[in-house]
Amino acid sequence: MDLALAALLCALGGCVAGLIGVGGGIIFVPAMTIVLSKGQVEAEATSLLMIALVSLVGTWRQKRYGNVNLRDALLIGLLSPVGVVIGVVAANNLPERALRIGFAILLLYMAARLLRRVFTPDDPGSGASSPPAGAGPAPAPGPPSGPAGS
Amino acid sequence: MGSRRIWSLAAVGTLAGAFSGLFGVGGGTVIVPMLIALFAYGERLATGTSLAAIVIIAVLAAALHGGIYGKVDLDTGLILTVPAIAGVIFGTALQQRIPEKAVSLIFSVLLIGVAIEMVVG
Repeated sequence: MDLALAALLCALGGCVAGLIGVGGGIIFVPAMTIVLSKGQVEAEATSLLMIALVSLVGTWRQKRYGNVNLRDALLIGLLSPVGVVIGVVAANNLPERALRIGFAILLLYMAARLLRRVFTPDDPGSGASSPPAGAGPAPAPGPPSGPAGS
Repeated sequence: MGSRRIWSLAAVGTLAGAFSGLFGVGGGTVIVPMLIALFAYGERLATGTSLAAIVIIAVLAAALHGGIYGKVDLDTGLILTVPAIAGVIFGTALQQRIPEKAVSLIFSVLLIGVAIEMVVG
């Protein structure tokens, strides 16, 4: 019964992963810790395996829809481990509270940018909100601003 | 690809990794909004590209956990992956049928929720 509930939650996690492009670990981990009583570290490690497989299938599906820029993905994916090391070092040497507030501000900034996009009417001539599948990314609008550029 | 764009994408990857290393939250939480907000990606392209990047990140991290620390529960993971894969196939299909801006709206709510959790949690 517990396994059936965990499976149902993981189906939901997979759906969220496909819908918004995150790994799904935000649901996989609690499905294992709360429903299956796994330890936190074991659940997180197992979740990573699931994320790898789920993301692989999600990438395959999105590729068929023309929604993957593999070159950019490769660059981001291969450089992330560098960031993980930086993050772990920072976590051990900087005040956690300051890090949390700093990243929370970054997330709120991103949320504001997305919300502005949501509530800005489309230019009728551009069709910007729904480009044809496989159209690729629009050209970058000048130099990036905000935290990524710093 | 211009060098400025390469460096900017490198910054996205590094920031996504740092976020994961610091807080254990997946890189997609950072990758998707940055691709949309800073690189003018459409929502569908951002989420698809994010999933492809996450494959690399998760494979490396899972190999580290499984290979060095032996913490991966292979049986449970593979059993639960079956419904999760059904979910991701449904989710990607559903995404093609909703307005792109709906994805941004859902993601905004997620970001605000995670930001609040980080501060008060």
